[in-house]
Amino acid sequence: MGKVKMTGKVVSQEALAGDIFSMWIQADEIAAAAEPGQFISVYTKDGARLLPRPISLCGIDKAEGRLRIVYRTVGAGTKEFAGYQAGDDVEVMGPLGNGFPLERAAGKRVFLIGGGIGIPPMLETAKALGGGSTAVLGYRDQLFLKDEFEAYSQVYVATEDGSAGTKGNVLDAIRRHELQADVIFACGPTPMLRALKAYAAEQGIECWLSLEERMACGIGACLACVCQSEDVDSHSHVHNKRICKDGPVFLAQEVEL
Amino acid sequence: MNTKVNLAGVELKNPVMTASGTFGSGEEYSEFVDLSRLGAVVTKGVANVPWPGNPTPRIAEVHGGMLNAIGLQNPGIDVFVKRDIPFLKQYDTKIIVNVCGKTTEDYIEVVERLGDEPVDLLEINISCPNVKEGGIAFGQDPKAVEAITREVKRHAKQPVIMKLSPNVTDITVMAKAAEAGGADVLSLINTLTGMKIDINRRTFAIANKTGGMSGPAVKPVAVRMVYQVASAVKLPLIGMGGIATAEDALEFIMAGATAVSVGTANFYNPYATVEIAEGIESYMAKHQVEDIRQLIGCVK
Repeated sequence: MGKVKMTGKVVSQEALAGDIFSMWIQADEIAAAAEPGQFISVYTKDGARLLPRPISLCGIDKAEGRLRIVYRTVGAGTKEFAGYQAGDDVEVMGPLGNGFPLERAAGKRVFLIGGGIGIPPMLETAKALGGGSTAVLGYRDQLFLKDEFEAYSQVYVATEDGSAGTKGNVLDAIRRHELQADVIFACGPTPMLRALKAYAAEQGIECWLSLEERMACGIGACLACVCQSEDVDSHSHVHNKRICKDGPVFLAQEVEL
Repeated sequence: MNTKVNLAGVELKNPVMTASGTFGSGEEYSEFVDLSRLGAVVTKGVANVPWPGNPTPRIAEVHGGMLNAIGLQNPGIDVFVKRDIPFLKQYDTKIIVNVCGKTTEDYIEVVERLGDEPVDLLEINISCPNVKEGGIAFGQDPKAVEAITREVKRHAKQPVIMKLSPNVTDITVMAKAAEAGGADVLSLINTLTGMKIDINRRTFAIANKTGGMSGPAVKPVAVRMVYQVASAVKLPLIGMGGIATAEDALEFIMAGATAVSVGTANFYNPYATVEIAEGIESYMAKHQVEDIRQLIGCVK
C-alpha cells in the first residue's frame, strides 16, 4: 500500500508532561500500512505555515485504524496541533520513510534507546518486538511514556538533572547497570546518536539510528533533508541519503553524524 | 473544450507543468498523481556531472512561503539519461529537462547529450540563486544572457526555454536579451533571494545564509513580472511563482503565460498539479470558455 495524504480526525489529545502532548488520529489508510519507526507529515491549518511537521509514530492501532503521535510544542505549528480537540480535522500524509528492521532483532538481545522527543517511536517498536527488549530512556527532567514501556520492556531511565534513574545520559545508565545487547535501535538528539554510534562500534554491536532534519516534501523529491552517507546514494549518486525516503532509520556506520 | 497549448511547436494537452526542482523527475509524485494528466513534467536541474549540493539545513519556512538552498544536487547527465528519461517515457506527457552548469561548456555538454534523447524541450537554468558559479551569474547581465542563449541555441536540437531570475532591476531587459539570443520560450520567475535568521541560535536559518523564496507569498511579484515580460517580447511564456490553485494559474495565464508551473505547492499538496488542471477545466466550463487560448494574455 502506498502513501496517501488525507484528512484525519483527532480521537484524543492529552498533555503528558510539560510541553509534551499525545494525540491519537483516526487515519485508516495510513494506519493500515504503517510500521514502527515510520513517520507522518502533519500540516497546520494556517495558510502562512506551508510545510509539514514530520512526526514519528508512537502508536499504530491497525484494528481501529488509528495513529498516535507524541510530540513537543516547539513552535507555532506544534502549538496549533496541541490545541486540537477530539473531533477536529487534521491533515496528514503517510506512512513515510522506513521503520526499524525488526527482523534484525529476532532471537537477539535488543536495546531500544530513546532520548527526549526521540522516545516516542521506540514505544511502538517495543510493542512490535513483543517483549524481551531493554529500553533505555533519556530525559531532561520530566518523565513521559515510561510506564507504557514497562508493559513490553525492562526499562532503565537516565535524567540530566538526576531526578529519576541514573543522573546523566543513556550511556551512563547502560554502564551503571552493566547492560548488554546484540542490536541497538535508537532515536534522539544528534549528540546522543553520535555517542551511540561510537559505543556500538567499540562494542561491535549492530546499531540502527533514526535521524531528523527539516523536510519539505517528505517523499524524497525536494532533496532538503539529506545526510552525509558512507555509500553513494541511489538518487544523486553522491553521498547524500535522503532522511525522509532512504531513512529515517539508518545503519549507524552508514551515516556521518 | 480545448485546453491544448503550444510551446515552440510542442503541443501540451493542458497548460499545467511542474516547476523544476520541486518534482524530482516525477517518480516520487507518481504515487499521488497520474503524470499523464499533466501538460509536461519539468525535471530537476541536471548538470554534466553529479553535484552534491549545499550543506544542511537547506530549507526554512517563512510566512506564506519557504526559503531553499538545495544547491542543485543532481545525479549528472549519465544517470539521468539512463534512469529518469525512460521513467518519464512511460507517461503520456511532455518531457522538459532543466539544464544547469557552472560554465557555458557545462551547459553545452548537457544540451548536446540530450540532443538524441526523447526530450521535448530544454529549460536552461540561468537563475539559480544558490550556487556560487553558473546559475544566477549568467542571469543578471543582459550581455551574458544573450551570449549563453545564443551558444545553447547553436547546439540544441530541441526548442530552448530560458528561465529568468526575478533578482534584477528590470526583468524585461533580461527577457529581451534572451529573445535577441534566439530563445524559443521564456519561463519566469525563479525564486527571490531571501534570508531568515534564527534568533535563538543566533545564526542563519539555512546553512547557505541566503535562499530562494517561493510559495504563495511571491505570487503577486511573479504575476506582475509575467505581465511586464508579455508586453516586452513576442515569445510564449511559462509563468510560475506561488501557484497553488487553478485560480492562481488563471491569473498567470490572463497576465500572458501560455503555460504554468506548479512548484512549492507540491510540497504541501502532492495532488496540486492535477487539481489545478481539473480546476482550469471547471473554470472554462463555468464561464463558457471554448479555448484556453482565449484566456492567454486577455488582461491588457
